[in-house]
Amino acid sequence: MNGWIRDLTMGARFAVTGGREGWMRAVLTAVGVGLGVALLLVTTAIPNALQSREIRGEARDDYQMSDQVMPKGDDTVIVAQVDTVFRGEDVRGRIMQPEGAEAPLPPGLSAYPKAGDVLVSPALAELLKSGGAELLDRRIDGKVVGTIGDDGLIGPHELSYIKGADDLVPTGYRMHRLDSFGTDAQREEMDPRLLLLTLIIFIVLLMPVGVFIATAVRFGGERRDRRLAALRLIGADGRMARRIAAGEACAGALLGLVVGGGLFLAARQLAPRLQVMDISVFSHDLAPAPALVVLVALAVPAAAVAVTLFALRGVVIEPLGVVRTAKPSRRRLWWRLLLPVAGLALLSPMIGKGNENGDFNQWMVTSGVVLLLVGITAILPWLVEAVVARLGGGAVSWQLAVRRLQLSSGSAARLVNGIAVAVAGAIALQMLFAGVSSYYTKETGEDPARADLSLFLPESPDTFRQLAEQQRALRETPGVTKVTAPVAQTVAADRAVDPEGNASVTSGSCAALRDLAGLPSCKDGDVFQVVGAEYDEETPKLAKPGGTVYLNPAYGTSKSKALRWQLPAQLKEATPKAAPGGGETSGFLVTTGALPEAARQSMTGHVYVKTDPAVADARDEVRTAVAQIAPLTEVNQLAATERSQRFDSIRTGLFVGATCVLLLIGASLLVSQLEQLRERRKLLAALVAFGTRRRTLSLSVLWQTAVPIALGLLLAAGVGLGLGVVLLKMVDTAVAVDWPSVLAMTGIGAGVVLAVTLLSLPPLLRMMRPARRAPQGTSRPDEGAAQDPGGAA
Amino acid sequence: MSIGHTLLGLLESGPRHGYDLKRAFDEKFGHDKPLHYGQVYSTMSRLLKNGLVEVDGVEAGGGPERKRYAITEAGITDVQQWLATPEKPEPYLSSTLYTKVVLALLTGRDAGDLLDTQRSEHLRMMRILTDRKRKGDLADQLICDHALFHLEADLRWLELTAARLDKLAKAVTEG
Amino acid sequence: MSAPAGSLLSAQDLRKAYGPTAALDGAHFSIHAGEVVAVMGPSGSGKSTLLHCLAGIVPPDAGTITYNGRELSGMSDAERSALRRSDFGFVFQFGQLVPELSCVENVALPLRLNGAKRKEAERTALTWMERLEVDDLAKKRPGEVSGGQGQRVAVARSLVTGPRVLFADEPTGALDSLNGERVMQLLTDAARSTNAAVVLVTHEARVAAYSDREIVVRDGKSRDMEHVL
Repeated sequence: MNGWIRDLTMGARFAVTGGREGWMRAVLTAVGVGLGVALLLVTTAIPNALQSREIRGEARDDYQMSDQVMPKGDDTVIVAQVDTVFRGEDVRGRIMQPEGAEAPLPPGLSAYPKAGDVLVSPALAELLKSGGAELLDRRIDGKVVGTIGDDGLIGPHELSYIKGADDLVPTGYRMHRLDSFGTDAQREEMDPRLLLLTLIIFIVLLMPVGVFIATAVRFGGERRDRRLAALRLIGADGRMARRIAAGEACAGALLGLVVGGGLFLAARQLAPRLQVMDISVFSHDLAPAPALVVLVALAVPAAAVAVTLFALRGVVIEPLGVVRTAKPSRRRLWWRLLLPVAGLALLSPMIGKGNENGDFNQWMVTSGVVLLLVGITAILPWLVEAVVARLGGGAVSWQLAVRRLQLSSGSAARLVNGIAVAVAGAIALQMLFAGVSSYYTKETGEDPARADLSLFLPESPDTFRQLAEQQRALRETPGVTKVTAPVAQTVAADRAVDPEGNASVTSGSCAALRDLAGLPSCKDGDVFQVVGAEYDEETPKLAKPGGTVYLNPAYGTSKSKALRWQLPAQLKEATPKAAPGGGETSGFLVTTGALPEAARQSMTGHVYVKTDPAVADARDEVRTAVAQIAPLTEVNQLAATERSQRFDSIRTGLFVGATCVLLLIGASLLVSQLEQLRERRKLLAALVAFGTRRRTLSLSVLWQTAVPIALGLLLAAGVGLGLGVVLLKMVDTAVAVDWPSVLAMTGIGAGVVLAVTLLSLPPLLRMMRPARRAPQGTSRPDEGAAQDPGGAA
Repeated sequence: MSIGHTLLGLLESGPRHGYDLKRAFDEKFGHDKPLHYGQVYSTMSRLLKNGLVEVDGVEAGGGPERKRYAITEAGITDVQQWLATPEKPEPYLSSTLYTKVVLALLTGRDAGDLLDTQRSEHLRMMRILTDRKRKGDLADQLICDHALFHLEADLRWLELTAARLDKLAKAVTEG
Repeated sequence: MSAPAGSLLSAQDLRKAYGPTAALDGAHFSIHAGEVVAVMGPSGSGKSTLLHCLAGIVPPDAGTITYNGRELSGMSDAERSALRRSDFGFVFQFGQLVPELSCVENVALPLRLNGAKRKEAERTALTWMERLEVDDLAKKRPGEVSGGQGQRVAVARSLVTGPRVLFADEPTGALDSLNGERVMQLLTDAARSTNAAVVLVTHEARVAAYSDREIVVRDGKSRDMEHVL
């Protein structure tokens, strides 16, 4: 046991000593492993970050589920929700009016702002200060006196404000009386499809990182072999040599852990500056679960040791050098194929589960996908070996590259493994996305061609006045091309309290009503019944000429303010028509003259606005104009389709992660490439001496990466498509290959390679130029070529 | 080794008594084989006769009369010629070469030039031997190789000495 | 000192500094066709730098290099590379054979760089390997042959294009005496038979003895021993 520790520590010492070259190698390994660890930590921290975000969101929740208005008390506050959108960005807005000393404070506030004063989130403060947000400033219409604390925000980039008021009357809709903030509402249960997606994303992101770490601990392998041989020469036995190698790998990995931790902390500091698809996180939210941290800290060195020992399995370390068992045994295919086959076997029982809302066995999905992807790293070396063995002919650059690949196809394949796994995973995901997104992208039925903004005024006695004022204001607003004549709505029912049937009552001028339905003729004083509207069964029951209905009925135990209204003796018939906001207006259409005066006290208001797309801020002008008249006006933008919010955030995560992973792998490719070039420095000098063109050597470097990459991408596309098909079948969705995205993914992979080749060209050309020292090919043996890794730099 | 040239070289740094000369010689070149004083005496007589040295003065001290010798212009030229002429390459030259190198250093001459000249001479010899070897039979080859290796050894020593000239210069001028 | 008449390759007053250290500080050189000139001198004296300058691998800071009536310093890097491919051959101490290529492919490499067809190039390569008595190694990789054999393969490669100047930098440095002598003998014989000039950088006298004359480089300055004697 003592021997073990001695050997391991000796190896660890080798990892960090050994002059400049030793340090270089240690740094390379540490940076490589460190990048992987950092990504691992970030990825494990993301679920936590999103959860804390959600928790803070719940803590400030101010929705009221009950229809009843709570009685006023010393401990109540009235909150009006005045959320808006500015230049496409959501702005959370609240107007608050505490009603006593005991009024609850929302998170992030130490005191309520006085009436007319505004507290803003830091991001909003910055936006307002930046100028150009004058429209928003006018919309908020208050004096900024302070900021909202982090507790009251779901992310550092959230735009949010809280304005004080003293004239609020709780109406129930978007204006509540509360005695506490926060809910413990049941969280939406995750859809099995989304669960599967999330699971796959994590696997797809983490797998290449694992492959990458495995590559990183092999940096400088050839030098290490030479050193181990030297140790054998002075009396270490084969096992000791292996243990020393393990110690070395372990030290590199530990160093990498430290670097990774540092990088992670740095990333954490930078996190609040980033905002992706409206999501930003606080530094303190980006905290991985301690158990996961421990797991990473143990797994990374263990993996490093395992990889090293695995790599040394075909190697005999002799005192006079390292012998790779003379002709490395030909790679066998069968056990390599076992992995993906086993993966498919694990996934196949779950085919079709998605539709019956059944839950997937997470472990089976995970191991199935992992096995399929790991299968790539197993098959790729075989594939590369089999293919390059058959290559031949061609120009000198091609010959140089092919021969090199034939001699060391394993290291070439290792180089590509990461990218292949990432691309395969991404292709599968892309397919799953394309297939599944049809479920989550709803046709809204809205028609943005007729109107692109819908204005809604909550029920209040001021509705008619506000509608009229907004009409005037909108006529003056720049960018507005069309404003529909306003209509007001309420509900007619058969009883004043707890009615069984109801229909909507829409009131407006004849012009306004004509927008909503086909009218045979119209004059003020007419009342129409819409006949044959979608989903409308109640209207015919209520539409008895001369009959009595109750407007604005009450539900539950609340006191009824319902208004008795006698229908006129003549009910004209109207035909239904699709509204710009989708759907058809049903129920009764009442011209202004026919509406009882008392009904006007509790009606909602509706207007559609069409803006000129050429006027940049037209929609914000509208929002500001209407908010100045009625802050509670809800302005909705009409769009033809709508996608599930949660789905968007998953996709965001994928894109962020995939970018990181590809960058990381690109960096590792570059590092390996440079190391390889450095090891061949002497040879390069000799080749240059007898007049080899730069182009020849550059091309050979390109071929050398391009061939394995091409094979890797081919295999990745195959496995990715296969996995995609299986996943789509699992969620019972029609299988369709999204070729552009397959091409895009492989293209990105190829682009990384090209970039790496291009980036390794300057060092190559520099090495081909006579260095500060004489070219190494002609130097004496005591000035080993790679002793000067810095090279001409 | 030429004792005459060596003593002449020693005189170049200034006039000395005969006994002084013997001591200086013993110290720098004699090692475990000191020079007999009689040899100094006879050599100096010969040099006097050839006009390479002259008597600078006579001191009457407690012992026998002491002549002080000084080098003449002709003597200096003689030393110069001797140093510039490479030795015929032959085995076991080292003591002569060493003397020459030290004297060159002592008299402020370029010892590197001396070595280059010597190397050139050795190489001339080695070329002849190499050529003979290429054309000859195995016996010739073996004989030539023997000579070649000896010559090479000399040259290696020369290279080594050349590499240490600075150190040597310090050592001899201090001593 | 001007270029000696009839010389194939000559250099006047070469200067080359790497940073503050002067590797060459006024070196002269000249060689005739068919001549073997040894460049000698202690480690770090500038021998190799002189060879690199003469071969057009490294441009000197100052001085002129004339090859066959053409001024090397006036050429672009591409022109110098082309010249190296067509007119010069190189043998180094070690590390010069491409480990992935077979021996015959290595020997054929300079021809292929000049645009020769693969088959033809390898046929020519094989005849040179025969001359250097290594034709039986044609299919082997450099890692599978001994040092002496590898060096002879390298010599074959340096001669395969029929160079007019052969640059050899410590060509026997990694070999034992017997192999070293053999390589030198084959190299000089082959060079003489094609009337090629050989610039031979060495610190070994026995290797230098294969030359016609030697040039000594010390502290970046050259001494042509023929002119001295």
